[in-house]
Amino acid sequence: MTTQTAGRAPAALVEHQGSRLQRLARTLGTPGGAVFILVGVLLAAIVATNPNFGEPGSLIRFIGRTAPIAIAAMGQYFVIVSGEFDLSMGSVVTMQVVLSGNLIGQDEARILPVMLLMFVLGALVGLVNGLATTLLRVPSFIVTLGTMLALSGLVLYLTGGAATGNPVDTFRQIGRGGIRDVPVLEIIPYPAIILVVLAVGAVVLMRRPWGRTLVAAGDNPEATHLAGAPVWWVKTRAFMLSSLAATVAGIILVGYAGVHPSVGNGYEFTAITAVVLGGVVLGGGRGWVLSAAAGAFALELLFTLLNFVGVASTWRDSVQGVIIILAVAAAGKAWRGSLRPRRREPSPVTAPGDPRPARTPATEPATPHTPGTSAGDSGPTQPVPGSTTGEN
Amino acid sequence: MRRRMLTAPLAAVAALAMLAACSTDESLDDPSAAESAEDPAAPPADEGEATGEEPAAEGSDEWFDQAVYDTEYEQRSATFEGDAAQPYLQYIDGPMTDTSEYAAEGPHKVCFSNASISNPWRQTGWITMNEQLKVLQESGVISEMETRDAQDDDNTQIADIDYFINEGNCDAFVISPSSTAALTPAVERACDTGLPVVVFDRGVETDCATTFIHPIGGYAWGIDTAEFLVENLQEGDKVVALRILPGVDVLEHRWAAAEKIFSENGIEAVDYFTGADPTEIKKIISDELATGDVQGVWMDAGDGAVAAIEAFEDAGADYPVMTGEDEMSFLRKWDETGLTGLAPVYSNFQWRTPLLAIEKIFAGEEIPTEWVLPQSPITEEERGDFLAANEGMPDGHYAKFGGEDLPGYPQVWQERVIP
Amino acid sequence: MSSPVTGRRRVPITSTGIVFLVLALTLVAGAVLTAMSGRNFFSPGNISAILTGTSILGFIAIGQTLVILAGSLDLSVPYVTSLASLLAGVLMAGQTSNIVLGVVVALGVSALIGLVNGLVVALLDVHGFIASLGMGLILAGYLGTNYKGSAGSAPRDFRLIGATNIGPVPVSTLIMLGCAVLVILLLRRTRAGHHLYAVGSNREVARMSGLHTATPVVMAHVLCSLLAGMAGLLLLARLSVGSPTIGSQGGYDLMSIAAVVLGGTVLAGGKGNILGTLGGVAIFAVMDNVMGVMEVNPFLKDVVRGVVIVVAVAVYARRSAGQRPPRFQKQSLTDAALQEAR
Repeated sequence: MTTQTAGRAPAALVEHQGSRLQRLARTLGTPGGAVFILVGVLLAAIVATNPNFGEPGSLIRFIGRTAPIAIAAMGQYFVIVSGEFDLSMGSVVTMQVVLSGNLIGQDEARILPVMLLMFVLGALVGLVNGLATTLLRVPSFIVTLGTMLALSGLVLYLTGGAATGNPVDTFRQIGRGGIRDVPVLEIIPYPAIILVVLAVGAVVLMRRPWGRTLVAAGDNPEATHLAGAPVWWVKTRAFMLSSLAATVAGIILVGYAGVHPSVGNGYEFTAITAVVLGGVVLGGGRGWVLSAAAGAFALELLFTLLNFVGVASTWRDSVQGVIIILAVAAAGKAWRGSLRPRRREPSPVTAPGDPRPARTPATEPATPHTPGTSAGDSGPTQPVPGSTTGEN
Repeated sequence: MRRRMLTAPLAAVAALAMLAACSTDESLDDPSAAESAEDPAAPPADEGEATGEEPAAEGSDEWFDQAVYDTEYEQRSATFEGDAAQPYLQYIDGPMTDTSEYAAEGPHKVCFSNASISNPWRQTGWITMNEQLKVLQESGVISEMETRDAQDDDNTQIADIDYFINEGNCDAFVISPSSTAALTPAVERACDTGLPVVVFDRGVETDCATTFIHPIGGYAWGIDTAEFLVENLQEGDKVVALRILPGVDVLEHRWAAAEKIFSENGIEAVDYFTGADPTEIKKIISDELATGDVQGVWMDAGDGAVAAIEAFEDAGADYPVMTGEDEMSFLRKWDETGLTGLAPVYSNFQWRTPLLAIEKIFAGEEIPTEWVLPQSPITEEERGDFLAANEGMPDGHYAKFGGEDLPGYPQVWQERVIP
Repeated sequence: MSSPVTGRRRVPITSTGIVFLVLALTLVAGAVLTAMSGRNFFSPGNISAILTGTSILGFIAIGQTLVILAGSLDLSVPYVTSLASLLAGVLMAGQTSNIVLGVVVALGVSALIGLVNGLVVALLDVHGFIASLGMGLILAGYLGTNYKGSAGSAPRDFRLIGATNIGPVPVSTLIMLGCAVLVILLLRRTRAGHHLYAVGSNREVARMSGLHTATPVVMAHVLCSLLAGMAGLLLLARLSVGSPTIGSQGGYDLMSIAAVVLGGTVLAGGKGNILGTLGGVAIFAVMDNVMGVMEVNPFLKDVVRGVVIVVAVAVYARRSAGQRPPRFQKQSLTDAALQEAR
């Protein structure tokens, strides 16, 4: 049963390819591109069940409310593409949400200094995560699991369960408000603007030497190190970006929903799921930052679709679970399809001229992949977490 | 295509469901019959054919206990013995336990096995309990209280109770079980020591405890809230029910009662699980408002209510008729918006009662075997009083915390110092 | 400085050796802190409490070790545990005659779930993190739909497993250690065990060496779910009822992974052993016990856990990085495991 499902998956994706998103057609065959198709399909399904959702006003609001998870997913992307995990993200979100509630309170004058403090703390958490991972050689899964426990415990301890009130409304406008009276759209939520700015920044960053080194470090840390790149510092900055992304998400969420100790709960898993849905490979070295953001949209659209279709509340988790597995399996097939043409249905996905021979482990030179088109050299090698500290 | 991709795992899920269904067919009799009133004890229901396609709606009947529902329905209008100014000492008249065997001079050591302090309601109660403890320590009733916190894990709490029995040198046990059936054997072991055992909040399926202290219960919550919504809505109106998580019996009772009343009165109720996360709550309400009008909001716990109300504001929709809880954030937002609402109460002041019961036990005074505390919702008329009385308290504070006469009032609750 | 485990080899100190050094340190610190609180750390009651604390997490962590050795992860264990406790509890329904049926069905379903996990990981090439996260969600939905609270009931005979002690040692811990010994034998003495290490170390090399790489991965997942199911049965014996939330209450997914890594197993797979995992589980149990005695604020407990996890792993992560695992020292490791089982 599995072979059949698997063999057809890429074909289905290609069938959709012709109709939408022409400018991305080049990359649609890769998992990083396929997620845009998934977004399109989910969007179409939602609009079919509820035409109101297709109106520009609704769509832009949806983008606004998805911004924090998309931003978190982009932050998580940096860490995952470098071959690591960041499980502390949810706790950082909670910490920032609670801090803003407790420290800003109803005093507008405190907004800027407290925000500065929040960013400093965010960067600090990332720094600790990064240094413990790279210099102390503790697997990032464990480091960030530790920070997750420690941070959330500390915040709850210091704030007596984190139950003070919401911060002043001016501050909450960042997550709740927007530019009003825009033609067609009615409103452009600030989170949507922040998302676009950060997305552009992330793309630029990934095209710069740091970004390329980061992907290389995820693909083959040893070779990257031998090539003279300071892998520890490259990765540490990825962790800092992840925590800073969580900080931004926290600031938006305080505005969107308000202060509560459960804001940010499970954010790390949602973000990782989004990144993986975006075709980014756990274990590092492959994937496009915008696909990670698209993965977040796919995930949120899925939740929304479940709401609209009226799936019984208790079954939602199950449906979500099935879809995540299938999407990632399909993406895996797409990666592998480009590698193993001897499969029964030679995948039409394979980018022309792209197939390369399977790499023999640890001998491949560290080729920095161009983001988004780096589909080539996926091995059947199971990518594993913490692979930097893993072997040798 | 997509459908075919779905079939394989779905088949697996269906197979699982079938297995479970077959398994339950054999379980017709359940030896541990329901005893205490709070007992949800839902006999392991004969589920018949769980096809995997038809979930909750029908399933809930099997977990619904009509007898308990009826009892709690009556208790809502019962008269309570004792001084109304001290609701934490009030009780419904009923069988009393003679405690003269425990009468003893001098301070005693209390061992408290707590389920957790993982939510604002429990934190507020825990603070109140510690203030009450100080009073009783000063009056020489209690020497010390050793506390073990199970962090919401049944298994840990069982170990905690066993530890107290073996190593604690306790003179009395206070237990706030994290779940009903699972903690029953451990509580029975505590009873077997011959020391007084006080159980509060969620119950256990044994009446061996010296006293079981609790507000009326989850069904009463569901009845109060659902009847309020039914009164203020019309047939065919839509209510969004925001629930924290499935599988927790105390919360399932609230919903079971409400769902029953909604369906009897032609109210369309859709339920969601939110994990008490305001972000989820706001998304859910936004999606519901995008689909159609929502006239009512029902919650099985009130923290996060503000996010639900803000979702209506941001969507430009009319405020719903809403039931929250006596948490300050909801009371404040309710006051500010003037919506039609009700704040049901799961009496937080019950956290004082266990230690006061210990005081009575060591004094040899008789106490109610099942100590049912008052549980009356805060209505719009009463709201102003409670807001004034709790001014300066944090948002996560509960209005009916009942600690106004304790020494640390109000700073301890305002600063929310968790011991 | 020679480790108690592999002393006769020239390897200076293995990560397992360090794990047990850390455990010894924890024990000393625990004894001192407990004494400062006016209690006896080594009293039978306390030892029994600590050992009870190891049993549930022990089962799950042993399974998790297998999965991690194979280069995968299992985040679905809490739900398997809950489901097993419910299936067995409902089937037994308080009847002694139904015990076997309940156990068989619960373990059978658990193994089936593991099989699906394993096949998804091995054949569909889905990362274990996602495959098991998805499976966990699927099971969560099933549990939430079909059970609104605890259900079923364990007959007295079955509950005895959870309630009996031999001296200060709970039977449940002995069963857990028995499983550990079996798994150690599997890993050290059987071809399947060696293949597991090979595939976890480097799947590609293993494949080119002619191994069927899917088999060990699937086996690891099946055994992991099976052990999670065992944990569910043990919880059923302790709780006397099945519970849909018991698995997630314990946070066994992340804590088991933490215990495995604390025990010196490399998260990337291919390197590590069960003995270290047991050490990691014991460190957690001692830590929780001491914090319980000291009445540490529950929020601070998490802080301590988090810091200890990172610091403890950091202690040997640097040292052991680069060393090859002492993979084929069957004799000493098995002996040590048997010693502990006594």
